[in-house]
Amino acid sequence: MSDGVGTMNLLMILPLAIGALLGLYLSAGSVDTTIYLHGLLLTAFCVVFIFRVIQSDGKTGGPANPNSSIDYNDAVVRAGVIATTFWGVIGFTVGLVIALQLAFPVLNLDLPWTSFGRLRPLHTSAVIFAFGGNALLMTSFHVVQRTCQARLAGGYAPWFVFWGYQLVIIMAATGYVFGVTQGKEYAEPEWYVDLWLTIVWVTYLLVFLGTLWNRKEPHIYVANWFYLAFIVTIAMLHIVNNLALPVSWFGAKSYPVFAGVQDALTQWWYGHNAVGFFLTAGFLGIMYYYIPKQANRPVYSYRLSIVHFWSLIFLYIWAGPHHLHYTALPDWAQTLGMTFSIMLWMPSWGGMINGLMTLSGAWDKLRTDPILRMMAISVAFYGMSTFEGPLMSIKAVNSLSHYTDWTIGHVHSGALGWVGMVSFGAIYFLAPVMFNRERLYSLRLVSAHFWLATLGIALYAAAMWVSGILQGLMWRSYDVLGFLEYSFAETVDAMHPFYVIRAIGGGMYVVGALIMAWNVYRTARGDVRTEKPYVDALAQPASA
Amino acid sequence: MFDHGKLERNSILLVIGILVVVSIGGIIEIAPLFYLESTIEKVKGVRPYTPLELAGRNIYIREGCYNCHSQMVRPFRDELERYGHYSLAAESMYDHPFQWGSKRTGPDLARVGGKYSDEWHRAHMHDPRSLVPESVMPGYPFLAENEVRSFDIADHLKANKAIGVPYTTEMIEVALADMMAQVDPDSDGAEGVMERYPGANVRNFDGKPGKPTELDALIAYLQVLGTMVDFSSYNADENLR
Repeated sequence: MSDGVGTMNLLMILPLAIGALLGLYLSAGSVDTTIYLHGLLLTAFCVVFIFRVIQSDGKTGGPANPNSSIDYNDAVVRAGVIATTFWGVIGFTVGLVIALQLAFPVLNLDLPWTSFGRLRPLHTSAVIFAFGGNALLMTSFHVVQRTCQARLAGGYAPWFVFWGYQLVIIMAATGYVFGVTQGKEYAEPEWYVDLWLTIVWVTYLLVFLGTLWNRKEPHIYVANWFYLAFIVTIAMLHIVNNLALPVSWFGAKSYPVFAGVQDALTQWWYGHNAVGFFLTAGFLGIMYYYIPKQANRPVYSYRLSIVHFWSLIFLYIWAGPHHLHYTALPDWAQTLGMTFSIMLWMPSWGGMINGLMTLSGAWDKLRTDPILRMMAISVAFYGMSTFEGPLMSIKAVNSLSHYTDWTIGHVHSGALGWVGMVSFGAIYFLAPVMFNRERLYSLRLVSAHFWLATLGIALYAAAMWVSGILQGLMWRSYDVLGFLEYSFAETVDAMHPFYVIRAIGGGMYVVGALIMAWNVYRTARGDVRTEKPYVDALAQPASA
Repeated sequence: MFDHGKLERNSILLVIGILVVVSIGGIIEIAPLFYLESTIEKVKGVRPYTPLELAGRNIYIREGCYNCHSQMVRPFRDELERYGHYSLAAESMYDHPFQWGSKRTGPDLARVGGKYSDEWHRAHMHDPRSLVPESVMPGYPFLAENEVRSFDIADHLKANKAIGVPYTTEMIEVALADMMAQVDPDSDGAEGVMERYPGANVRNFDGKPGKPTELDALIAYLQVLGTMVDFSSYNADENLR
């Protein structure tokens, strides 16, 4: 063992040892079962990690291609491909379960652990933070290495980020099922999980920056601006929105420091920018690397990249109050939020144009390359939902759409269409490269996935548009005598057929994801499916 | 003209630029809410939750009720008729966290207090479709079986006090006793609960004798929702925003 490796190992082992002791301490003093279990989990995590560090003795993963001239850390990206695929299937499946619960409430089983109220946060967190978060870790670790021509910085640190993040997911998910939640949407994990995520996230930022510092290229590539904005801003949002005082340092329950109207705006400042920076800026980073790569064309406009980057991150932050139209939030804040939300349309479409127009001169590949087609439709969905968003932020429209399924439909055209599809594109790009295979197991299965997912989204979104607008109109409908025409229960009854259609659409999306998982699995094994070539001139993913 | 290349060549400059640009909106929108006096209306009657109501609120949060129920009546004709007076900021000023919600798969609950009897709530929690056949709400039969967590209730009040809820030292000292007394109107402590928490409902919510259950706590919370402000003395014009 050389001295460098020894220092690196020690730097990793010491904090982990402290973590292990802290976990034991939490468990020993715990006043509730969840803290007891999560403390033990933390200890187990740290102990296993320490053993891994000692066992691997400085070897933190090499490039997928042994002939690579640069010693990339591809092992962690490979782990990301598996994790993203795995959490995608889990998250979509839980979504299907709760969609079915809304159509057939008997499926709640009347048990605490299986009721909609506890499973819905499980679904949103699994999809946004587990699937989306792993897609971002996977791609950012890949992109920053390739665009900097440098190995990921920090030795074991990328692995700590990867596994530490999985621990966040496990603690959050098991917590929800046991009823541990802060009760703030998309920020449900309790204080100790928030603290752990903060440690992981700061390490992530340092790994990312450290890799940038080792870059061979003088300029930082545009995809990395977006990743950087995503990492930095999420840190800010996460810390401020989760400020809370635990009832006991040995218990799960805490009370957020803000109350009422201030808490509401802080929450939606966070909530909307979880969309803006997690699900948009981060995924634009994916778009800016993988679309040019897959299409083998340069990014459409450098100047547009600059303009839309700065205007997007500046404007997004203001948009939160549109979640609170006509509430007890002061009017000035609502109007400000609406104004900026409408302006946000422009940089959003700037990004869409930059992504789609990158296909200039390569449009024919949409016919021959189902992976590129997946990426292109994701950008189209991005354009659609970033038009719909500003529309719904207009107060008059919002008075109808708010509290209804229209919001759910909007979120899903963005999440399934944009976030999901662009991540699938990245997975299909990375799977053969990271497992060092010549090609994907099957392009025909990619095409099948594409159509299942696209039709699934169409069913989902259309059902939610109709049910949302229908219910909004029923709530405000008056009869000829001037009485409210419908009881609330009647408007719930009217939703049933649309909830069934939505579940069918969601089911198609899940099947598509399962096909992808199969495709990735067989690719990892090195299999090639015996099938009619997708086109005569087979579209090969560009080698990275 | 400004050379963007500088930012592209220096990661620290880029990070600083990002931080500045993403901070502006939040500071301008959120910070004033903490000092503009017009943000929260001046009203009479809003008080901290009783220990039992607070425990009920924590069950409401634990079960994720906010995923389907809002607590925010908007100032529209149909909502005023369906739910009652539009919600005031003052009504949630002691709510850590706020529970305004974002979706109405079920109806708004901001003013559900006093709308239905305890018996209705008991039957509804046990099996929602026995009362509302169209309902898609899960049943919560286990709430009636579980004793409410009480041993650390004083710590919960203490934590709330530390972040600005005006619980008194006395309220914290007798929190556990108040919790027990609120479900037992004949007990010695019942009057004290009503003194410390004006307008509190003191009765056996779940209809079963003995220690308060989770159902007791949840119904106590639901029955107080939206009932604290005395709207006969509320003057909206004084609170123009």
